[in-house]
Amino acid sequence: MKLRVLYFARLRERFGVAEESLELAGTTAADLIAQLQARGGVWEEELAPARAFRVAVNQEIVALEVVLTDHAEVAIFPPVTGG
Amino acid sequence: MKIVVQTEVFELGAEVNAMSQNRTDIGAIASFVGLARDMNEGSGVQAMTLEHYPGMTEKALAALVKDANARWALLDVTLIHRVGRLQPGDPIVLVAVASSHRGEAFAACEFIMDALKTRAPFWKKEETAEGERWVDARVSDDTAVARWEKIP
Repeated sequence: MKLRVLYFARLRERFGVAEESLELAGTTAADLIAQLQARGGVWEEELAPARAFRVAVNQEIVALEVVLTDHAEVAIFPPVTGG
Repeated sequence: MKIVVQTEVFELGAEVNAMSQNRTDIGAIASFVGLARDMNEGSGVQAMTLEHYPGMTEKALAALVKDANARWALLDVTLIHRVGRLQPGDPIVLVAVASSHRGEAFAACEFIMDALKTRAPFWKKEETAEGERWVDARVSDDTAVARWEKIP
């Protein structure tokens, strides 16, 4: 399926990309994370299981088990620090 | 109900006055203003930049205000969060809650701030003498929001 993936804050800076369109081979948010981790380097490092990051699908924070839909907007970002 | 994300400064007095204007049913307004500090994690902060996720931010703020409304009998809520570059001493966030009585207003005001700290997609980047650094999320923020699950 085709996804629009957004990155914010520290992750946007480390990955050097704010937004991309990509083709996901799997079905869940966890599959997407695995696919991004397979890029190696900072991707593998920042999205490792021990690292704290959040995933939002269509602007709602979700668990990694959630099943994605075609053309979903997926955002990956560090834990929030507003207020 | 007023929920706004803006770069401009806000004024607490004006916001609180606007809530009670032309109505006489409000018995209490509790408010909170968060300010940018000049010190964090042991080093001086010269300025900070607040980034957010346009679209999701507004939805997340509306959702947590809705949760507060479901939990307490509230008459009005104003929630303003600034983004962009801020200096120490600048106001960052304002929450004002109007209710018939103080108990609901105090509790809902604190709940909204606690929920915002963990659910609204804002990120702070600080400028210090040693360079720029992203602020890390605090475990105490998770603890603060979790305690509302235990309070009836």
